[in-house]
Amino acid sequence: MNQANIDTNPNLDAKTNLDRRDFLTKSSVGLAGLAIAPGMLLFDLAHGRAQDEAVSNKVRWGMLIDNNQCESGCNDCVTACNTENGLSGGTKPTDSQWIRKVQLKDTHSGHISSLPMMCQHCDEPPCVDVCPTQASFKRADGIVLVDKHICIGCRYCVMACPYQARSFVHEVLTDQKTEVPRGKGTVESCTLCVHRIDKGETTACAEACTKAGHNAILFGDLNDPESAIAKRIRSVASTQIRADLGLNTGIRYEGI
Amino acid sequence: MSSTSFSRNESRYFYALAALGLFIVFLGYLGMHTMEEHGHIVSGMNNQIVWGLPHVFAIFMIVAASGVLNIGSIGTVFGQAPYKIRTPLAGVIAIGLLSGGLAVLMLDLGRPDRIIIAATYFNPTSVFAWNIFLYSGFFTLAVLYLWTSMEKRMYAWSKPVGFAMFTWRVILTSGTGLIFAFLVVRQAYASALLPPMFIVLSFAWGLAVFLLVQSAMFAWHDKTIDPAILKRMKNLLGIFVISSLYLVAAYHMTNLYFAKQTGFELFILRDGGIYPMLFWGGYVLIGSLLPLALVYTPGLGGAKSTVAASSLVVIGSFALLYVFIIGGQAYPLSIFPGYEVSSSFGDGQIGKYIPSLPEVLLGSGGLAIAYLITLVGTRIFNTMPDDASAVAAKNDH
Repeated sequence: MNQANIDTNPNLDAKTNLDRRDFLTKSSVGLAGLAIAPGMLLFDLAHGRAQDEAVSNKVRWGMLIDNNQCESGCNDCVTACNTENGLSGGTKPTDSQWIRKVQLKDTHSGHISSLPMMCQHCDEPPCVDVCPTQASFKRADGIVLVDKHICIGCRYCVMACPYQARSFVHEVLTDQKTEVPRGKGTVESCTLCVHRIDKGETTACAEACTKAGHNAILFGDLNDPESAIAKRIRSVASTQIRADLGLNTGIRYEGI
Repeated sequence: MSSTSFSRNESRYFYALAALGLFIVFLGYLGMHTMEEHGHIVSGMNNQIVWGLPHVFAIFMIVAASGVLNIGSIGTVFGQAPYKIRTPLAGVIAIGLLSGGLAVLMLDLGRPDRIIIAATYFNPTSVFAWNIFLYSGFFTLAVLYLWTSMEKRMYAWSKPVGFAMFTWRVILTSGTGLIFAFLVVRQAYASALLPPMFIVLSFAWGLAVFLLVQSAMFAWHDKTIDPAILKRMKNLLGIFVISSLYLVAAYHMTNLYFAKQTGFELFILRDGGIYPMLFWGGYVLIGSLLPLALVYTPGLGGAKSTVAASSLVVIGSFALLYVFIIGGQAYPLSIFPGYEVSSSFGDGQIGKYIPSLPEVLLGSGGLAIAYLITLVGTRIFNTMPDDASAVAAKNDH
């Protein structure tokens, strides 16, 4: 390119420049896409998340509990939860219970069944609405948690929870798990084993249920149409407990 | 009356009364310290009944604080002279009650050391967080109200400040009612009737506390209240007690009508042991019908009857709040309608609660804070109602 060309045909040169820029932009985007795509694909397959990667609302973790598979005498999910999270396993009214087995008897038919009950990880959690300090919060991926550093222990969330899923730590704790922070004077509940999920693992209760051969708890991403949980929710009749409240829970049940 | 006119004996009595108040505050501190050190395990509270006796004390004081200032509102907003001269006294009692109530509420937290977080992390959707604003605003306005009603140069401002105070009170007490009314899944609470019910209850409880303090002050100064003014005030107490009964009845009647609430109502009103006993015996009989008899029976209704009626209204308020707060939590949540349920976590069972000594001490300590602030406030400020001038002003008018 010389000075004469510019002087004689400026429009042509400008067009060439634009074409080149356009080409460079498009090809870089394409190359970047090619570079990132396998990573994205892997993410979608494994549902794992890099340590420095922010939690995304593209994922919504949840569980489908099959009441027909849940055995009345079995308490394996509760034991697994206690072991995983360092709970004492005590059942005094002042002890923390993140998951419990509830025995149900239909008042009309007399049909008896049982199911595990825990934080339902609502999309519209009443505990988050009422918490004065935002200590109760919902993570982008749908997990409802308590920030132990800013919980002042007012217990308003315990009053507001429709599922009696929250416990207040009534006494000094010892031998805590490093991955599961807890503290006297604060409120706590099922974390959906967030520390395991962040490592790409399933929840302790679901794992224990599978190990016991009941397969009553199916954990997965409700937002992923290809996930086992999403497929099953599409194919069988499932329900949310107190669906009338419109909270859109992350924990669903079938067979009740 | 200025403080310089107190005789030596009066001073001794004053310090003795102050020492008594301080001692109870100290006992409250011990209660709080025990709960702080060991956790709520030393209280009667548990995972089913998470708000216990301290909340009964705290909510009584917060609601009564708002109601006692109703005396001021009748004076400044509605222009009634005998009430206007009582505004300073009402202001001092209100500040005392709110301080006591908030102290109990804060010290009953699981982590009272983190209270500053309530100011630094604000959740706009939480009615608790709104209340933090409402309480601070109440203090500010009450101090302004005292100033404009006691400082002659500020008299011109007393009416607008009185209006602001009146509005703020209505919002604040509605806020207290909403703390419960927003609990949509609790059968005892999810009712739009609660904010107006709390407002009317505040009128009765506030006036009862005011009448008690006022009679103590008149006795202290060896004076008697103008009979016409006393008659007006005790009749007003009667009207507030009747209005409260009406709203409490309306709240239970509407609940009884809904089939899904019948179980809860039968528990509170008939089958729940301590709760129906406190409701019918404590609130309805002792806290409402007896005071009404004392106020309206011909031949009664004098100074002594009014003091007795006011004391009974206060006792009844504690009974009602105990039933409302603790009874309301004791009845199990309806998580699986249509099923009989049981679990290791209290599902389907009536929650058990026995108040412990630290809770009683903490609540009493809060009352003692309110008492001390009132005692010192009435000594420092000129709060003694001067009925002679009010009667003279009325005659001139």
